[in-house]
Parts: sequence; C-alpha cells; structure tokens
Amino acid sequence: MDEVDLEVFEGEFFAMLGPSGSGKTTCLRLVAGFEQPTSGHIEIFGQTAEGVPPFRRNVNTVFQDYALFPHLNVIDNVAYGLMIRGAGKAERYRTAAEALELVALPGLGKRRAGELSGGQRQRVALARALVNKPRVLLLDEPLGALDLKLREQMQEELKNLHRQLGITFIFVTHDQNEALSMADRVALFNQGKVVQVGTPQEIYRCPNSRFVADFVGSSNLLPPEFVAGISGQNKWASLRPEAIRLTSAGGHEASVVACSYLGGTTRLALDLGSLRLHALLPSVATIPQPGQRVRIDWNPDDVHLMEDGI
Amino acid sequence: MRSDGNIGAPIGLKIAAGAGLLFLHLPILLIFVYAFTTEERSYQWPPPGLTTKWLAVTWNRPDIWEALSLSLKVATVSTAIALVLGTLCAAAVSRTRFFGRETISLMVILPIALPGIVTGIALRSAFNLSDIPFSTWTIILGHATFCVVVVYNNAVARFRRTSASLVEASMDLGADGFQTLRYVIMPNIATALLAGGMLAFALSFDEVIVTTFTAGQQQTLPIWMLEELVRPRQRPVTNVVAMVVVLVTFLPILGAFYLTRDGDQIAGGGK
Amino acid sequence: MNSPVGVISPGRQGILRRLADTLWRRPRLLLLLMLALPVSWLGVIYLGSLVALLVQSFFSIDEFSGLINYEFTLKTYRELLIPANLDIIVRTVSMAAVVTLAAVVVAFPIAYYAARYARGKWKAAFYIGVMLPLWSSYLVKIYAWKLVLAREGILNWLFDKLHLTWLLDAYLSLPLIGGNSLSVSYTGTFLVFLYVWLPFMILPLQASLERVPASLLEASADLGASAPQTFRHVVLPLSLPGVIAGSIFTFSLTLGDYIIPQIIGSSRLFIGQAVYTHQGTAGNIPLAAAFAVVPIVIMGVYLWMAKRAGAFDAL
Repeated sequence: MDEVDLEVFEGEFFAMLGPSGSGKTTCLRLVAGFEQPTSGHIEIFGQTAEGVPPFRRNVNTVFQDYALFPHLNVIDNVAYGLMIRGAGKAERYRTAAEALELVALPGLGKRRAGELSGGQRQRVALARALVNKPRVLLLDEPLGALDLKLREQMQEELKNLHRQLGITFIFVTHDQNEALSMADRVALFNQGKVVQVGTPQEIYRCPNSRFVADFVGSSNLLPPEFVAGISGQNKWASLRPEAIRLTSAGGHEASVVACSYLGGTTRLALDLGSLRLHALLPSVATIPQPGQRVRIDWNPDDVHLMEDGI
Repeated sequence: MRSDGNIGAPIGLKIAAGAGLLFLHLPILLIFVYAFTTEERSYQWPPPGLTTKWLAVTWNRPDIWEALSLSLKVATVSTAIALVLGTLCAAAVSRTRFFGRETISLMVILPIALPGIVTGIALRSAFNLSDIPFSTWTIILGHATFCVVVVYNNAVARFRRTSASLVEASMDLGADGFQTLRYVIMPNIATALLAGGMLAFALSFDEVIVTTFTAGQQQTLPIWMLEELVRPRQRPVTNVVAMVVVLVTFLPILGAFYLTRDGDQIAGGGK
Repeated sequence: MNSPVGVISPGRQGILRRLADTLWRRPRLLLLLMLALPVSWLGVIYLGSLVALLVQSFFSIDEFSGLINYEFTLKTYRELLIPANLDIIVRTVSMAAVVTLAAVVVAFPIAYYAARYARGKWKAAFYIGVMLPLWSSYLVKIYAWKLVLAREGILNWLFDKLHLTWLLDAYLSLPLIGGNSLSVSYTGTFLVFLYVWLPFMILPLQASLERVPASLLEASADLGASAPQTFRHVVLPLSLPGVIAGSIFTFSLTLGDYIIPQIIGSSRLFIGQAVYTHQGTAGNIPLAAAFAVVPIVIMGVYLWMAKRAGAFDAL
C-alpha cells in the first residue's frame, strides 16, 4: 500500500470503498493499530498514532467476523472493555445492558455468542465496541455476512446510531451501494492507492478515472476518439446509462441489440456502430425491441470528462 | 428408495471390522482374568481357580510403590515442562509467519517420528559425553522431549480453530498482551492444553524404550514390568500391576477424548 | 455520554504494561522469547544429541583395548556390512514390511466402516475403540500376548478344544515362520508387532477415508461402476495418503523396536536389539550409533519416496 493521503473529519461517516485487496482494510487496521506503517504518518485527533498499541487507542472496531469471545456470554462480551478498564461488576453490567439496549438487543445477556443469529451477533459486536465510548468507530465490512433484507435494515440503523452518537464512523466495504447510501464521504481505493475522495454525489457524478466510473455504479466509457467527435477534447469520458434518453430527432442513431425488463426501468444494449452503450430507460409503454433502430441523445453536461485514462 | 445414510454396510465389511476390533481388545481383557487366577507358576488357561489375594499381595509390595511414585513424579514434571514448551511453540508457529517455521514444526515432531531407540541412545551418549550422571532428572529430560509434541499438536489444532481476530478484538478493547493472554487466549485453549497434558502424562507414564537409556538405577513402573517380562519371577503380582496400569491409563484417555470431542477429530456431530 | 478527551489513552501504567507495550512494538522480540525455551530444549539438547550420535558412528573401537578411537573413519560402517550384521538389517526391514502390509489389510475394514457407515454414538465408540488400545500401556500389550501365546495359554487351549492341534503343529514345523512354539517364532513376533502398531494405521487411514466425499462414490456408481470397481478405482487411490501416513508409523516403529523381539520371538537379533547390545554390554558405541543410523536412513528414503509419490499433497 502506498500513496494514501486521507483526512477524516470529526463526527463524519466515512466510507472506504474498493475491491478486495485494494488496501482499504489495511488502512483501517492502521488506524486501529493492528498494523504499523513502514513509512508515513498517522494522526488521530492531532495525536501521533504510530507506535501506539491498539490497547492505548480510544478507537474501537467492529470486526468482519464479529470476533465475539466464544467463552463469554453476551453481556460479558459487551462488558469486556469495561472489565479491562477495571470497572466494578455492577457498573459494567449496567453500562453493558445500556449498550445492548442501544443496539436494540436487550435481554439476551445470558446467551452464548454461538447461540445467536448473524444479525444478533453483529449487534453484539457493535455494542461491545460502543460501550467503551470511542471517539472513532471502525467497521470492517460489518454487513458482509448478512442477507439482503437484514443488510438494508442495519444500514438504516447504523446511520441512526451515527446521528445519535455524533462520533466518527469509518466504514470499510466493497459494496458501492452501501458506501453511497450511508457515507458522508467516500474514499475509493484501488491497488493500494486512494483514487478519489468525495461525497457520494461527487463520486457518482464526476468519477475521475475509468476505474471509478466502472466500480461505482455502471457506466458507459466513451473512448477519446468518440469524445473528440462530440466535445472536441481528446479524453476518456463517462456517461451514466440513465442519462441516455430516446429522442425523435437529432442525437445519434443506434440499433437495439438486447433489451431486459427490470421492472421500473428497462435496460437496453445499443450499437452505435463505433461503440456499444447501455441505457437505462423508464419502462414506458413503447419499449424498442431488438433489431429496431432508434435515436438516442443525452445532456452534454452528463458526459463527464476524465483526466485519468486508467 | 432409501436415502444415503441408511445404506447398511456389506455383511463382509461388518464382520471384518468387528473381528479387527475384537483382535484389538481381547488380549487386554485377558489380563483382567489373569489378575485373579490362583495359578502362580505358569500362564495356565483356563485359570484353575479365582482369587483376590494377589491384590493384597501387590498392595503390600514397597518396590512397586516406589516404582509407581517415581513414574508419577517423572510424568508430572515432564508433562509440566511439555505444557510450557509445547504451548509456546504452538503459539509461535500458529500466530506468526516467520522464516524457519516449518523447521520448528519438524523439530517438535522428530522425537516421536524417529524410532525411540534412536532418541534413547542419542540422549544416553550425550549424557555420557558431557559427564551428566543418570538420575531422575535425566529420565525427565528424555520424557519431556517427546511429550512436547503431544501438547503441541493439541494446542496447534486449537489455535487454528480460534480466530486470530479474537486477539485483535481484545487488544482493540483495551487489553494489553498479558490481559489478552489471561482473559482470552487461556480460556480458549484451556481444554486443549488439558487434553494434551493428559495424553502427555499417559505417554510418559508408559514410556520404556527411551527410559531404559536415560535411567540409572531408578526403576519406573514400566522398567519394573520390563524386567518381569524378560525374567518372570512374580507372575501374579505382574498380572495385577498390568491390570492396574490399564485401568489407570484409561482415565486420562477418556478424559482427553471428552475434552476434545467438539473438535474435528470426531466428525459425527457435523454429519 | 461523556467521551474522554484524548484519543490516545495512557491507560494502565506500571512495569507489566510497559513490558506489554515493548513486546507489542517489537513482535520479533516476542517471537524470540516464545521460541527461546523450546528451541534451546529441542534444538540444542535433542538435535545436539542426535548430531553427537551421528558423529560417533564415524569413530571406531579399538579391538584390543575396547576404547573408542576418536578419528574419522568409515570402518564402523564397513562393519555393518558383514553378513551377520547385514542379516539383522534384512530381517528387520522384512519384518517391518510384512507388518505394514498386514496392518493395512486388518486396518482397512475398521477404518472404512468407521468412516463411511458409523454414525453418532457408534462413531464415537469406534474412535474410543481404537484410541484405548493405542494409548494402553505398550508393555501391558506385549505382556497380554505373552499370556496369549504361552504354551499353556489360551491359544493352544483353543486349538486343543477344536481338535486342531495337528494344524498348529504342522504350521510350526514350517521353516522360517515356524519354531518350537508360537512364542519363540517369527510368527509370534509378527503378531505382537501387528497388534501393537495396528491403531497407528487405523487412525490416519480413517482420516483419509473420512475426506472421500460420499458423492464421489455415488458418481462412480452412477457412471456404471460396480461396488468392487468403485472400491478399486476410487476408494483405494484416494485412501493412499492415509495408507502412507500409517505405514510411516508402522514401518518406523518396527524398525526401532527392541523390546518385542526380545520378549516374543527367536533369539535372532533385530536392529533395535543390536543397538541395545552394542551400546550396553559390548560398549561399542560407534557400532551402536552406526546401527541407529540405519533406521534413520531408511525412514529418510521412505519419506522422500512418499513425498515424490505425492502422498503429502493430498494430506
């Protein structure tokens, strides 16, 4: 991992997005203190963090596999950090019970970690991290092991928790939907580098490289020759499929190659002769069929030029 | 149609498997009968009569008590040493990747992979060369060397099953290395260590080949038995001792089995 | 909720905590500390002894004074090759080979049944049924066979009751495998070896059979193979790693044993006995060391061949 220069603001919900092996998890582990930088500098709230062991950092982590202690029951898992800090028995159980209520899991304290469902374990892991009142909460793919319904529900709950607690959340994920829907800002990682940082809107609307355009959402990549023809600049550009619309005159002529009905929208594969495009159209009454010739157009503002050809 | 789980074994396989198990167990059962025979000069079958008097005779033999207490002492100390060495090695090998990792696992396994006689003669000649007199401690030294592997195997298997993130989670929650050891690592590997310790104890308690090379004048129980095997002088007492040894070794083995049965050795639960 | 001001907390102080910090900052030091004790024990004491032994096999003994001549020589190894000593080696290796083959044959049904058909309680019973004899006292097991094979013992009694004594006598009159009685014949030695090492074959064999998925056997049957064909072409090749792992035990253990042939068997020596007598009464440490090198070399070659055959890839 190299060339990572990131700044996370206090109280922010920050997502680190990228394919597996892109360095996002390593970055998180550097903040948690599980790994040490070979060079470079880490600062947490103005304090130098390299060389400081994880047990001295007021930063807590929700692990991908939750890492609940199998030999302890739920309440002892949650109270672990308090026990280590030397809190009395009554106090730590009371605080741990509050934390379990915070994650909507009261009354399960006596269960063993192995007896819980995936969603429940996730909440216990969250409570165990939050009970220590960290100033930064790190979440390593916390929703990866959950099924879709549960995942959507947890996304909302995490957002509410973040608003309620007002602390910094740093969230690692490979799921672009998760990153876009939850984060205030997103850092996109690729091959050990941060390729773009910005709000979800900036990342989606103005990808700065082919990688970003392709990884976040789906995108039509327009090669420089084509872009030169429409805007005069010899650069790669991206065009989101939903920006393409059918028109009766002007624009470009294309033939429909394939057509898939997705419910509210319909996805068309179009052949423009020199390149292929995908378009996402609202499912209206008349949907062009494969083989049909159509005219398409888009707002010139939606063609986003990219500096980087990668 | 029958489901796969209900297909019975072919009758020939059943017989062969059953006969094999009988072959493994009948000779040991025989010892239980001989312990009560009235015949004292030969191994006559069937026993002409049954008596319990040899239990009392054996009970009152000071040499057997001495041998037994030496064996227990050696087994206890060797097990303690093996627990420390085996656990340290297992922790180092399974928690970190370093150059020479394979060499270390090989080195731990070597004392039981090589024939016992090689270990025995190697240690004996080393003691001779360095003028170390043979004593209880030389026996312990030999025993601890091959007991390490039993503890090591159990501990490595358990470390492999416990997720590495548990240690990280503990540190993340404010526990330093020592606290993590006490509150997370030890509780999670305790049963594996207990099982490994029991097996190491049984291994040491029973060992004879290496012991013949590393013992001086001391007699462990197996050395006492070996002399009786080579030159039978007190058959009835030997019978009783053999029976007691079988009974005593069964306990740690059953104990170790129950401690590790949730693990991967018994696949029955997962099927 | 009142959160602490700094994000780096001083936490617990004291010597222990400082030590914990230091060890965390220097994982190499921690590793070193963990390995120092076991490596110095096994690496220095044990490996050191082995090397010392190996070195001594290159010394020789002065025939007249009986003292060790500390000069490098291959004389002792040449002595290994005289017919009497070569006999010992051939005898031991043949015994190890026969015991290993027999162990495979006897172990297979037990391991196969336990891996494929036994479920739940039966599986546990099978496991304990193999573990108990494995861990029972080695000497007690030999002693049990002394009882079984004794002239007045249960086996002769059984033959007598079945009116088959003539059969046993005919068997004992055979050259090589026969003898005056079972307890002084190679057959007796073989039976005890087989008995004592059998569990060492069953367990790895069962482990390897356990890993053969049932769907594979169904696939073979589905493709038209009969049960014996499936066994021959699917089960057997897939169980080979287990067979080899088990054979490493049975082979190595037989090569190094000196107690079994001493108690049950003819008076002819095996390698283990040769090592024992040469180092003990004869005081010929170099020759004993050279004899001890033989099983090491044989096992080394055996392991190397097993590795080349890919036996460890599947483990």
